[in-house]
This record gives sequence, structure tokens and C-alpha cells, in this order.
Amino acid sequence: MGSISDVAPATGASARRRTLRVRVTRDGLATLAFLLPFLLVFGLFAWFPIVRAFVMSVQDTNLVSEPVFVGLENFQRVLADPLFGIAIRNTAWFAFLALIFGYPVPIILAVAMSEVRRHRGLLSALAYLPVVVPPVVAVLLWRFFYEASPNGVFNSILGWFGLGPVPWLQSAATAMPSIVIEATWAAAGGTVIIYLAALVGVRPELYDAAEVDGASIWQKIRYITLPQIRNVLFVTLILQLIATAQLFTEPFLFTSGGPANSTMTVLLLIYKYACQNSLGGDYGMAAALSLMLAAFLAVFTAGYYWLTRRWSVDS
Amino acid sequence: MIGRQRSPKPAAGATDRGILSATDHRRRRVRWGTRVLFGVTLVFLLIIGLGPILWMLKSSITPTLDTIRQPMALWPNGFDISQFATAWNKVHIDRYLFNTIAIAFGSWLVQIIVATTAGFALGVLRPRFTNLLTGLVIATLFVPPIVLLVPLYLTVVNVPIVGWRMIDTYWAVWLPAGASALNIILMKRFFDNLPREIFEAARVDGAGPFRLFWSVVLPMSKPILGVVSVFAVIATWKDYLWPLLVLRDPDIQPLSVRLPILAPTTDLGVFIAALTISSLIPIALFLIFQRLFLSGAGVSGAIKG
Repeated sequence: MGSISDVAPATGASARRRTLRVRVTRDGLATLAFLLPFLLVFGLFAWFPIVRAFVMSVQDTNLVSEPVFVGLENFQRVLADPLFGIAIRNTAWFAFLALIFGYPVPIILAVAMSEVRRHRGLLSALAYLPVVVPPVVAVLLWRFFYEASPNGVFNSILGWFGLGPVPWLQSAATAMPSIVIEATWAAAGGTVIIYLAALVGVRPELYDAAEVDGASIWQKIRYITLPQIRNVLFVTLILQLIATAQLFTEPFLFTSGGPANSTMTVLLLIYKYACQNSLGGDYGMAAALSLMLAAFLAVFTAGYYWLTRRWSVDS
Repeated sequence: MIGRQRSPKPAAGATDRGILSATDHRRRRVRWGTRVLFGVTLVFLLIIGLGPILWMLKSSITPTLDTIRQPMALWPNGFDISQFATAWNKVHIDRYLFNTIAIAFGSWLVQIIVATTAGFALGVLRPRFTNLLTGLVIATLFVPPIVLLVPLYLTVVNVPIVGWRMIDTYWAVWLPAGASALNIILMKRFFDNLPREIFEAARVDGAGPFRLFWSVVLPMSKPILGVVSVFAVIATWKDYLWPLLVLRDPDIQPLSVRLPILAPTTDLGVFIAALTISSLIPIALFLIFQRLFLSGAGVSGAIKG
């Protein structure tokens, strides 16, 4: 009896273990089946290219012959390129202008809109509308607005006030600001929506308390509203810097880097390296420059993630 | 916001107020002030936000000469609806619009398949290396897309192992579109928050993983599928650089690639009509799904990482 009772639970357990293992492996197969599209797509089109970018940056790659290891030569050639300095300066100038033009506009709009009690939906829809216009359409449309002749759209408007005509995209001095104005028009709506959501989160008690202390409307904005949404303000600032450094469609279609390289940004330079001629471009240099840009942006990205992580823990 | 617990609403009874208080609103000066503020904001948004779009609509039915001579005339001297017909038939906007729709549909499908299956595996089935895979997905968010441009292009020229040349096929746009980290994260987060008792109950009733996915989880995830879908379509419509690189054959190019090439050789009125046609679907999507866009579903996903 004793031996039987010893055996019975053992076989029961092993049987249970076996069914468990069958279930696990079958589920494991199912899990693998579910992961398969993801692993294939991410493997081929995300992880592999990221690794390859690093490899390519130290290789001489073209479509014809086998890649050759060249060490840091690609980086040296990029650094030696006179266009490199110009591109860095232009991108910094672009980011600076975008900050001056583009950064305050959504803040002011959002604060104003949040105080309007009726038709707020209408206002936010209007503010967001430019965001959904495809960028290529917007640029081609604005290219016509920026017509340099006195009959251009913007020059006609300036003409009503006896100003202009401004050469807009045609001159090295005004080309970059023109691009920034369009880019601001195209992107501001998205930021307005973010701010509106943040403004809803400001606790009404704070305003009540400030009023008890006799704060004026401006003081409430200055000492409560803006400090309360400063996290979001900071995040959008970082996001905007990351985005402006990677803007391609606008400078490419407006000016392709001209006139006289005044709008040649880092991204356009990468494109230029990659697509120099019909045989394919200097992929090594393109990879090297994009990695340098990535390393620079990584500082911002890391800061952004660090901050958002900390805030989501706090709240 | 979608897919994650909403932050608690202000306690019931808390006044729905902003910077201005109820007392402020009772003051005559403030009341007029807010009216003026509303007026100014509205006019500003109408002119700046809507203005260029209205101008495009007007110029698409205005004869080219009128538009060139007096671009800011409020009322055109004549109407020329035929510009739409010319753009549609002679400039072949119909074909490029169809190409764009085909690209958008395929990209949408690939994104939905990849995001739902991966989200299900990582959020519901949770195999042992879930955290590693999720980390690898998040890691791609740190890499600016420009870094991928050249290596991705070379991958598409010659897919490793199988040696498939995807250039000039829509697969070159469809498949890379699936590698969207944001989609996976949104999906996984949504599935993470579904009540696990439902899965256990389905298990007990004998449902396998596939049944669970198809009959239980997918029907529950309509809201997040809506978000991912709308943003997938809008993103394809906006995309320019990638299709420019991989779709060299004019017959299969989407609107975004084709329009800049057509610009110099097309009559202005006809061209603006073409621009109008190109914007119709994204604007219509926005008007239909306004709430989705304006609730910040997409942006907050990006913001809160």
C-alpha cells in the first residue's frame, strides 16, 4: 500500500507537470507567433539599421563593392567639410529663431483660450487645423505666399501698409526666418493643445488663495499659471529643439539649402551626402553626420526622459 | 491619456474656474475684457490658422490670371471650377491620390497587425523576456529617425538574408511603418490596464491565446485601435522624405512626392486645385475625429513617454 501511495502522487505530479509543460510550450509557441510580426519588423527596420548605422560610420560603403573598414575617416571628412560648420550654424540659427517666434505663440494662445468660456472647442479646432494640412501642401502653398514680387501674397499685404516688398525666400537674410514662420504656423497648434491640457490641471484653489492675497490677473498668470505648467513648458521646449534640429521637408522644399547655403541645415547636409549622385552617395559620411547629430540630441532626449520619468513618479 | 489611468478629476464641488474668478467675471471691465480676448483670439486664429487654407480654397476656383494679378482679392472676377477637373484628369491627381490611399491603407494595416499582436504578447501573455523586449522598443525612441535613414535605405535596397529588393514597391513604405515604438507602447499600456480576471475567466472557459486575442482582447481595444489608426493614416499622408527615397517610379508615387515635381510645370490655378484635393482627406479626418486630436491622445502619448 505504502509503495502504491508513494507512487500515485508521484505519477500524478509528473502528469500534472507534463500537462503543464505541454501548455507552457504550446503557449510559448503561441507567444512566439504573436511576437513574430513585431520581431521581424523591428528587427529588420529598427534594430538592425540602428546597429548598421554605427557600422557604416566606420566603413566606406557603396552599392557596388564590399564595404571597407576606414576607421574614423568618415568623421574626419565630415568635420573637414566647410559645409559642416555652415550647417551647424544654420541649424542653431533656425532653432534660435524657432524659439523666438514659435515658443511664446502657443503659450499666449493657450492661456487666452483657456479663459474663454464658450466656443473653446471651436478655437482649439481652428488652432489645430494647420497641423493636419500635409507639410508638402503647406510648403508649396506658402512658397506662393512668399513670392518675392510686389504681387506676392505677403508682399501685397505689406503693400497695404506701404511696406516691402520683402524678398522672403530669395535673400540669404530673410530665407531662414521665412521658413521658421511657416514651420511655426504648421506646428503651433499641437503645442497649444498640450498647454490647454496642462492648464486644466492647474488647481483652482491656488487662484482662490492668490485672490485672498489680492493678486491681480497678471500676477495670477505670472505667479501661478506659468509656474504651475513649467514642467510642460520645459518638455515642449526640449521637444521643440529636438524637432527643429530634424526638420527636413520645409527647408528642402522651400530653398534646398539656398540662397548661398543660408538655409543649409544639418539634415539637408545628411541628405546631400546620401544622395550626391545617381550612383548613390557617400553613405559613410551621411551615417557619421547623423550619428553626430544623434549624439548631440541624445543629451536633450535623456534630459527629457529623466524629467518626465521623475514627474510621473511625483504625481 | 488613453490607455492610462486618468489623473483624478478635481474633487466634486470644486469650481470650474481658470485664472479669472467668478467675481472677476462679474466685474464689467473683466467681462468686456474676456469678450475682447475672445474676439481677438478668434480673429487671430481665423486669419492665421484658417486664412491660408481659405486662400487655397478660393484660389483653387479662381482663374490663374486673377490669382497672380490680385492674390489678395476677396472676391474673384470669375470662377473656374474646371481647374479641379483638369487637376484630376490631366495632371493625374486621381492616380496619385489613389497611390497615397494605397500607401496609407497598407501602412495602417501593417501598423495595426504589428502593434496589436506585439501589444497582446507583451501586455497579456507576458513571456519571460517581456521587459527586455519592451526596453528594446523604448530604446528606438531615443534614436532620431534621421540616423535610420541611410541604413534603412540600404536595408530596403537589399533585404538581408532573403536578398529582396523592395525599392519601387509599396512594401518599402508599408513594412518600415510597422516599426513604430509609440504604437507598441500605447498598445501595451492599454492591454496592461485591462482587467486580468477577464483573461483568467476566458482561460478557464478553455479559450487559447488566439481565441483570447481575437474574441476578447481585440473587441475591448476599439478606442486605442481608433487612436493608432487615425494617427497612422495622418502620418502616412505627411510623410515625404522616405517615399521620395524609395519610390522612384512616378506612376506609384504618392501626392507628397509628386506635388513638388508637378509644381513648376502646372498651371497655378490647376496646381492649387491639386493642393486642395490633397488636403481634403486629412482635414476631413480631423473634422470627424476632432475629439481624438484635441484630447491630446497622440501628443500626450509622446509627452508622457
